[in-house]
Amino acid sequence: MAALRGLYRTGLGALCRRKGYQGFGVTHYRPFRVNGALHQQPFDSLEEKPQFPGASAEFVDRLEFIQPNVISGIPVYRVMDRQGQIINQAEDPKLSKEMVLNCYKKMTLLNTMDRILYESQRQGRISFYMTNYGEEGTHVGSAAALEPNDIIFGQYREAGVLMYRGFPLDLFMAQCYANADDLGKGRQMPVHYGSKDLNFVTISSPLATQIPQAAGAAYAVKRENSNRVVICFFGEGAASEGDAHAGFNFSATLECPIIFFCRNNGYAISTPTNEQYRGDGIAARGPGYGMMSIRVDGNDVFAVYNATKEARRRAIAENQPFLIEAMTYRIGHHSTSDDSSAYRSVDEVNYWDKQDHPISRLRHYMTARGWWGEEEEKTWRKQSRKHVMEAFERAEKRHKPRLDLLFSDVYQEMTPNIEKQKEAMWNHLKHYKEQYPLDLYDK
Amino acid sequence: MAAAARLVLRTASGAKVLRAGLGWLGAPIRVPHAAAHFTFHPDPVPTRHGPTQKMNLFQSITSALDNTLSSDPTAVIFGEDVAFGGVFRCTVGLRDKYGKDRVFNTPLCEQGIVGFGIGVAVAGATAIAEIQFADYIFPAFDQIVNEAAKYRYRSGNMFDCGNLTIRAPWGCVGHGSLYHSQSPEAFFAHCPGIKVVIPRSPVQAKGLLLSCIADKNPCIFFEPKILYRAAVEQVPTEPYLIPLSQAEVLQEGSDVTLVAWGTQVHVMKEVAAMAQEKLGVSCEVIDLQTILPWDTETVCKSVVKTGRLLISHEAPVTGGFAAEISSTVQEECFLNLEAPIARVCGYDTPFPHIFEPFYIPDKWKCFDAVKRMINY
Repeated sequence: MAALRGLYRTGLGALCRRKGYQGFGVTHYRPFRVNGALHQQPFDSLEEKPQFPGASAEFVDRLEFIQPNVISGIPVYRVMDRQGQIINQAEDPKLSKEMVLNCYKKMTLLNTMDRILYESQRQGRISFYMTNYGEEGTHVGSAAALEPNDIIFGQYREAGVLMYRGFPLDLFMAQCYANADDLGKGRQMPVHYGSKDLNFVTISSPLATQIPQAAGAAYAVKRENSNRVVICFFGEGAASEGDAHAGFNFSATLECPIIFFCRNNGYAISTPTNEQYRGDGIAARGPGYGMMSIRVDGNDVFAVYNATKEARRRAIAENQPFLIEAMTYRIGHHSTSDDSSAYRSVDEVNYWDKQDHPISRLRHYMTARGWWGEEEEKTWRKQSRKHVMEAFERAEKRHKPRLDLLFSDVYQEMTPNIEKQKEAMWNHLKHYKEQYPLDLYDK
Repeated sequence: MAAAARLVLRTASGAKVLRAGLGWLGAPIRVPHAAAHFTFHPDPVPTRHGPTQKMNLFQSITSALDNTLSSDPTAVIFGEDVAFGGVFRCTVGLRDKYGKDRVFNTPLCEQGIVGFGIGVAVAGATAIAEIQFADYIFPAFDQIVNEAAKYRYRSGNMFDCGNLTIRAPWGCVGHGSLYHSQSPEAFFAHCPGIKVVIPRSPVQAKGLLLSCIADKNPCIFFEPKILYRAAVEQVPTEPYLIPLSQAEVLQEGSDVTLVAWGTQVHVMKEVAAMAQEKLGVSCEVIDLQTILPWDTETVCKSVVKTGRLLISHEAPVTGGFAAEISSTVQEECFLNLEAPIARVCGYDTPFPHIFEPFYIPDKWKCFDAVKRMINY
C-alpha cells in the first residue's frame, strides 16, 4: 500500500512538474473567507495540507471530539454592578444627564403602562396583553444606541424600543383597544404594534419570521448606501426556529449590515432554557455562522447601549452581521393567558424583581450623581400614571374602526371577489343588524 | 445532449426506443417515459409590442428579468444556483451584465429565500426570488402564507411586500416523479393576499412575469418546466405587460367550455380539435392564467353560453383548483348547466415516476369526459 502510494506520488508529481502545473484539477486556486474577506489560496496538491473547498484548517492525527463548553460559557459584558456602580470607568458611555433621565423615564413609563393595560385585560376591557417587566433595559439601551432611520424588526416584547422612539401613549392604547385611531386599523391582537414613521415594522405573531426578513431588509439598505442598520429582536425560544438559522446564515453569507438582538429572558412561555437548547445559549451559535457575537448583561442599560452602538458602527462600516445576546429575566407572565406560578417559584421571580432590575440599577446610577431623588421619583410616578390613565380613558371611549376596513388592504387594490363579499356582508346586516354590535363601530 | 438524442427513436405509440448503436449494452429497449403528452401550439407573432426574437420559455424569462434589471436599479434576483445561470438557464448572463450584488446565490434554504425576499421588498427594493422546483416551496409556506400575504392587511397598509415576486418551475416533465413534477397552486389559491400566475407559453410568460414584478402585491409565478425548451415563439424583446386576473379565450365555441392553465392548455387545444373532428362538438378553450384572484366573469360568461364545463389540471383532483372553479360556476350558472361539471385531473396519489403516462390528465381522458358530457 505504501509502495503504491509512493508510486502514485512520484508519478503524479513527475507529471505535475513536467507539465508545469502548480496542482492538478480544474482550478489552481481555492477560495475561502476570513472575516468576510475573500482569499485565494494556491492549490498545491504536493503540500500536506487539507485542500478541501469546505474548510480552511490543518490536519490533526489524534482522534478527539470537541467538547462544547457550557460550564464556562461566553462571558457576560457589563458596565454597572447590580447596585448601579460603574465597574470600569473606561466603559462608562458617559451619557448626558438628559439622555439618562430620558432612558429612565421611558423605562418607568413603560412599566406603568404595562401595569395599567395588564389590569385592563383582567377586567375584560382589552382582549389580551403582554408585559415587559424586567426587560426594559434591553429595549431602552438598544433603542438609545440607534438612529431614527434604522429599521426595527421586533418579535412582541419590545414595546420599550417603540416607546423610546416616541410612539405616543394614545397609539399604544389605540392598538390594544383596536379603536378607530389604531394605525393598524384594528386588525391585530393587542401588542402587535407598528409604525411606519418610526421605522418599526409591524409585529406579527409567528415567531422568528422576522429574522430572515430583517436580513433581506439589511441587504436592500446596504445597496442604498444610506448609512442605516437593521436591528432584529427575538427571544431565546424563537432562536430555535428554522427561520433563525436561515436569517443568521443569509446575513453572514450575503454580508448584511444587521444587528441580531436576542433577549434571553430564561423562558419561552413555560419552557426553561435547558429545554430550549443544550449549547452555550445563542451567542455561541454566532461563530458557527461566521458572525461577530457578544453576550451582555441585558439588565445593564449601559452595557446594552455600548454593545449596540459599537455593533451598529461596525455593521455599517464592515457590512457584516452582529449578534448580541442580552441576558435578562422575564419577571412577568408570558401574557395574560399565562400564570407562571405553574412552572416557576415566586422566590425566583422576586429575586430578579428586587435584586437585579434594570430600572433600579439605573436609578442607583442617577441618585449617586444627584440627578434623581425621592421627590423626583414621587412626582414622576404621579405624572406618568396620570398620562397613562388619561390616554387609557380616551382610548376606551373611542369607537372601533368602520366595518369596511375588514375588507381593504388584502391587496393594494380592491378585487372583485372581495368587493362582492363586502356587499354580501352589508346586505346581511341590513336584515340582521340587531344581532351585531354596530353601535360600537365608526360609521 | 445531442449525442443522447441521436440514440433515441420514437415508435408509433410514442414510446422511446434506444438504438442498437449502444453496442455492448445490448438490444434496443422500449422506455415508457412519455414522449410529450402534448404538442406545443405557438401563438401568432405579436405585433403590438415592437420587434420580436425567437425565444423558448426559459429565454423569454431571461428577457423579462433582463428588462427588469435594466429599468429598475433596485431589482435583485436571488435563489439557489442563479448566479451561474440557474438549473434551467433562466438567469444566464444576468450576473455578468448587472453585477454580483444584483444576481446572487443564497444558501440552500427556501424559508430563508422567501423570508429574505420579503425583507428586501419591505425595504422598498424589487425582489425576485427563485425556488428551484415548486416541489420545494413548502419550507417557505409559512413565510408566504403567514407573512407575505398578510403584510399589508395586518399593518393597516403601513408596510407591504408588494415588490416581491417568487418564481418556481412547475408541473410534469416526463420523468420528474414525486418531487420534480408538482403543481402546488391549490395550496396558495386558499391564501388571500398573494397572486398566483401560470403562463402557457413564452410570450405569455414574459408579459405575465413583468406584470407580476410590476404588481404591488406579492406574486407567485409558476413556470411549466416541460415548456422551458419545448415551447418556442417569437417574443417581443422590449418589455410589455399582460394583465393579471384576466382569463383568455383562445378559441370560441358553443357546446363545451374547456378551462386549463400552463401546459394543460395545449392539451385542451388538441382536445378541442379532436372533439370537433370526431364528435362535431364545438369547444371554447380558456386559459385561466391567473389562479388567484381568478377571472370568474370570463369563465361564467362562457358556461352560460355553452352549458358544459370541463376543467383539467395535473394536480390531484381532491381539493385541486378545479374544485373551486366548479363550485363557483355551479353557484353562478346552475340553471345554465346541461351536464355536471367535469374535472379531469391527476389522481389522489403522489406524482408517480414510471406510471406518469397513466397518471396525467391526457387528451384521451379529457376527450372521453367531453363525450360523456355531450351524451349526458
